[in-house]
Amino acid sequence: MTTTTPQTSGAEQAQAVPQVTLTIDDVEVSVPKGTLVIRAAEQIGIAIPRFCDHPLLQPVGACRQCLVEVATPDREGTVRPMPKPQASCTLEATPGMVVRTQRTSAVADKAQHGNLELLLINHPLDCPTCDKGGECPLQNQTMSNGPGRSRFHDVKRTFPKPIAISTQILLDRDRCVLCQRCTRFSEEIAGDPFIDLQQRGVRQQIGVFDPAVLGFAGAAPAEVYRGVQPDGTPVDASIGVPARDAAGPAGDAALDTSGRPFASYFSGNTVQICPVGALTSAAYRFRARPFDLVSTPGIAEHDSNGAAIRVDHRRGVVLRRLAGDDPAVNEEWISDKDRFAYTWQGMPDRLTVPLVRDRGEDGTPGELRPASWAEALETAAEGLAAARGAGGVGVLPGGRLTLEDAYAYAKFARVTLGTNDVDHRARPHSAEEEAFLAHHVAGSRMSVTFADLENAPTTLLVAYEPEDEGGIAFLRLRKGVLAHRNRVFSVAPFASRGLERLDGTLLQAAPGTEAEVLDALAAGAPGALGEAADALGADAIILVGERLATVPGGLTAVLGLARRTGARLAWIPRRAGERGGVEVGTLPALLPGGRLVTDAQARVDVAASWDVERLPAQAGRSADEMIAAAADGTLGGLVVGGLDPADLADPALARTALEKVGFLVSLEVRESAVTRLADVVLPVAPPVERPGTFLNWEGRPRPFPQALTSTAMADHRVLDALADTMGAGLGLGTLAQVHAEIDGLGAWDGERAPAPTVPAAQPPAVGEGQAVLATWHLLLDDGRCQDGERFLAGTAQRPVARLSAATAAGLGLSTGEGLTVRTDAGQVTLPLAVTPMPDGVVWLPTSSVGSAVRATLRVDAGAVVSVSAAAHVNEGEAL
Amino acid sequence: MATTLSPVLSQHWDADRSWTMATYEANGGYAGLRKALAMAPADVVTAVKDSGLRGRGGAGFPTGLKWSFLPAPDGGPRYLVVNADESEPGTCKDIPLMMATPQVLVEGVAITSFAIGCHHAFIYIRGEVLHVYRRVMRAVEEAYEKGYLGKNILGSGYDLDVTVHAGAGAYICGEETALLDSLEGRRGQPRLKPPFPAVAGLYARPTVVNNVESIASVPSIITGGVDWFRSMGTERSTGFGLFSLSGHVERPGQYEAPLGITLRELLEMAGGVRKGHELKFWTPGGSSTPLFTAEHLDVPLDYESVGAAGSMLGTRALQIFDETTCVVRAITRWAEFYAHESCGKCTPCREGTYWMKQVLARIEHGQGTMEDLDTLLDLCSNILGRAFCALGDGATSTVTSGIALFRDEFEAHITGGGCPLDPAASALFDYTPRNRRADLQTLSGVRPGTVGA
Repeated sequence: MTTTTPQTSGAEQAQAVPQVTLTIDDVEVSVPKGTLVIRAAEQIGIAIPRFCDHPLLQPVGACRQCLVEVATPDREGTVRPMPKPQASCTLEATPGMVVRTQRTSAVADKAQHGNLELLLINHPLDCPTCDKGGECPLQNQTMSNGPGRSRFHDVKRTFPKPIAISTQILLDRDRCVLCQRCTRFSEEIAGDPFIDLQQRGVRQQIGVFDPAVLGFAGAAPAEVYRGVQPDGTPVDASIGVPARDAAGPAGDAALDTSGRPFASYFSGNTVQICPVGALTSAAYRFRARPFDLVSTPGIAEHDSNGAAIRVDHRRGVVLRRLAGDDPAVNEEWISDKDRFAYTWQGMPDRLTVPLVRDRGEDGTPGELRPASWAEALETAAEGLAAARGAGGVGVLPGGRLTLEDAYAYAKFARVTLGTNDVDHRARPHSAEEEAFLAHHVAGSRMSVTFADLENAPTTLLVAYEPEDEGGIAFLRLRKGVLAHRNRVFSVAPFASRGLERLDGTLLQAAPGTEAEVLDALAAGAPGALGEAADALGADAIILVGERLATVPGGLTAVLGLARRTGARLAWIPRRAGERGGVEVGTLPALLPGGRLVTDAQARVDVAASWDVERLPAQAGRSADEMIAAAADGTLGGLVVGGLDPADLADPALARTALEKVGFLVSLEVRESAVTRLADVVLPVAPPVERPGTFLNWEGRPRPFPQALTSTAMADHRVLDALADTMGAGLGLGTLAQVHAEIDGLGAWDGERAPAPTVPAAQPPAVGEGQAVLATWHLLLDDGRCQDGERFLAGTAQRPVARLSAATAAGLGLSTGEGLTVRTDAGQVTLPLAVTPMPDGVVWLPTSSVGSAVRATLRVDAGAVVSVSAAAHVNEGEAL
Repeated sequence: MATTLSPVLSQHWDADRSWTMATYEANGGYAGLRKALAMAPADVVTAVKDSGLRGRGGAGFPTGLKWSFLPAPDGGPRYLVVNADESEPGTCKDIPLMMATPQVLVEGVAITSFAIGCHHAFIYIRGEVLHVYRRVMRAVEEAYEKGYLGKNILGSGYDLDVTVHAGAGAYICGEETALLDSLEGRRGQPRLKPPFPAVAGLYARPTVVNNVESIASVPSIITGGVDWFRSMGTERSTGFGLFSLSGHVERPGQYEAPLGITLRELLEMAGGVRKGHELKFWTPGGSSTPLFTAEHLDVPLDYESVGAAGSMLGTRALQIFDETTCVVRAITRWAEFYAHESCGKCTPCREGTYWMKQVLARIEHGQGTMEDLDTLLDLCSNILGRAFCALGDGATSTVTSGIALFRDEFEAHITGGGCPLDPAASALFDYTPRNRRADLQTLSGVRPGTVGA
């Protein structure tokens, strides 16, 4: 257990490739065979100008900016010049090649100057009002070695500015140099080509399918985006984009919330790689100049991939985020959620000062009022001390913490509160899952990496949608599928859009039958099961999602399969803090480093490090058990970190628990359902206002610095101060202290937890008008971390319910009609999308607008629910 | 000794219903296929290689050599694609050939496919020529009916299917890799090479792409023999070809003659330049080849001689212009064609043709400057050899050569405030010149503020 990156598996080391030696501008350079000339030049510090070239995209040779003079040896070895200058971005280096760039060749220099002039003749030259101005490759190259004045005196080709490609992405076609980076990204990386080239010649343009652009007879011109309203109100989707797709009908499932065909979770990357200001984001358009921004590297806080990002702020306000460049993790891509969902931390409901609830003489709770830190800490310390005596205090840190914060919670629970009642899992979970995490995940960092996802010939996904539950892992898997023809299998009820783009094979499983399907994966099994079994070997990878926790026997079966086949197994949770929490012991039976609470030696180990006499020896209660205990009054108090009760298995019970619990301390960034019920609210810093480290699903530490100047304190500092007030300091006031302690603890070489052995449960009986519920989170949904970003929300997939054709027919329903899913607790009505999936199964998005499954239905995947035709679909509700 | 015509492909163009199978068979059609099917495929390739037949589509690459570039069979499919996307201004040989005797093309396709081990061939026909598309379709149907195509052709055990495909009207699809993309149903834009089509062409399989006339010449090589074929033409430009004379000539049309014939000889056969007029300039190989003048009347029309004289044999589209023709006007029309047809993939062709068109139109209408001429020449040098495919290069040929040969005339437009010549005088039909005001919007060809402009 250290805060540094452990040794990775071999896949990340480059394999030996034969070298090729060539001469560029009289400098000899050796590069691996297959290297493009433009990259070989980079190696010796020679920058050849380029627009269409991008190291992660296939060469296209369209912009012609990188022309160089080339000579190659013929069969006799005489070096002969090629008759024309060559595009160095498409030309592979060959032995003995002699390249002359603009630095030593007049021909190359003239070719590049001429090309730049051509690129500018139809360019609007509106740098002063362009978002890209100041960081624009076209502008920079024009300034550094472009023509001083234009010889073009004629009429420029113009386009109306801009058109909205989605609610989030805007396109100024007149600025475009048609380098095709965006379309190649969409096709080669994301696999969702929502934009493409249209027309030809000088009228060639990027765009979504638009009959007016294509000149179809009678087609009306596309409605165009009209900008942000003067009062700052974002444009409504209906202003910027057509109400319905002009291309014609698309299934409800294929539409985004603006009613157009669903675009992409990764479209923001096209804005970043655009070498001019043609693609801009609605969120950033006209907001800032790049040279006024202060940039800080960061790590995306939305999921467990730990994508590298760059946070750009101006005078304390984050104005945009960009993808960072980390070849080992996210390469240069991030999801739109990572890029655009940053407004949550600056919302008006942000907590800036501690709050304390006064109580009446009789103990009736009053209102929350601002308080000093001293008072708030005193009040919290007193309340927690009392609660500790009245049944004990449980800790629910939530799944979004940094490693340092999680460590502080783990230590705070054990040392200050004297309990193992700590559980970061703010989602449906199980004892089987904890056993699985203790047995397989804790203490085994970097056993599977992103590079492995790319290189493994076979990957089996179990209860995990890589695109919706993170995104970056999806891109890596897809890269491997395209580059190496890797195969992806998925145990799921239906083939999602993501699986289709992975060219994946579905191993169909109704909710609750996953264990059965995994057990049936054996050589000689019929159909896809047999294929998958044959493909699963020691070089294969099994990726299991957090959702399998709710399937009794599921994780047991997955461990069994991994043992049987030798495949490597990795657990990919959704939230950024889950993996770190497992590692530092925010689980009721786990201490830091995978040490078991029940292992005396492990307790002694940790107690020594923490300088306490002993640690509680009893495994604590899980989050569900704490909620139940708080609800029935047996738990005296709760310390709650950043979690939303709506994410818990039973949100209503959680609310009751928070109301009833004797004393509630909340550490939060923003006002929330928890803070509203808390006795003491201690404000904590969001990721941009503090340094820290996320541990991503690989177990790779992802440290990030503080981006904004702030007085807000990180959770570990607040907990340290609280512990101090309670009489026993944690010594975790600074990052350095936390790191020193974590590193001092070191790895655990003692006994590991045994594997869980939970038998698979029988699938429930489904009666007339009933179905088994399948559900998972979409990447863009109703989550609190996406608050305040309407442009992004407009690109979310439209929530739909899914049934098989037979089940839908049984209810007399077809695609687009309303389906009501009902339990005793409530009902959800969504438009139906008939989907190839098992009969008797209904799928709902877990937490999308109009579909809050846990809060409304109070059930989760695997439960039996009633399904019926909706009385009538209320379009507004359905959206 | 004066060269005479050598009608081979066009020999039976004047026969009654020359396009039917009956006529074709009556004139010895499909003898070549019968003979080829009895040969080893490699021998057919060797025969074509030995004949010295060079691609008739413009570039003149040796056809047999192209076939031999195919990698050794690996059991997977390999394709023959016939480029019948004849779209260049002035070029008009494949379309008459396919109209008059489509069966010679079908026979050539069968022989070539047999030679290269292809079992599915495609004929990609320019989209605008629906009548030709119909005629070739019918010819293929007839060939199927007669057993020249389909399963077990003529009892040889060899199978071949032929698909006739119509393009959607884009000059770029005559570029072989753009043609392949278009044939696959994609946007027709040239592909990156390597890999060359011989290695990864249609559907990423080994593919031979040949011009209509090249393929149509194959049956005669098989029946007539290598020596017969080599007896025509020059040492390195063997055989015969269709020379398409158009413009200010008394009897325009197709003149099939051995390569190496001169324009002087061809003009004699065609009755000379329009009566009462004299030759001013001509294109040896279509609008993508540098202009020639009367000075070049005796240049032998073979690949080497035309190249040595500073132009290209191209598609042997001889457009004849007499002294009534305004060279600026002619070149501007061609430039407009290239701007209209530029596929848009690469910067030099997309932007350069757009710019060139406007400058030329200004000069034509007397609004140019002397500086414009230098700009044009420099612009051409920034396009030539910088574009992604050869079509961008072609756009500059007539401009550069035109200014070199007729700089005075360009300058006269500039200094004289317009064209010194009467457009009606050069017309071959009743023509009232439009008062084309050279207003800027017309010049750019783009209406401002329109989506899709």
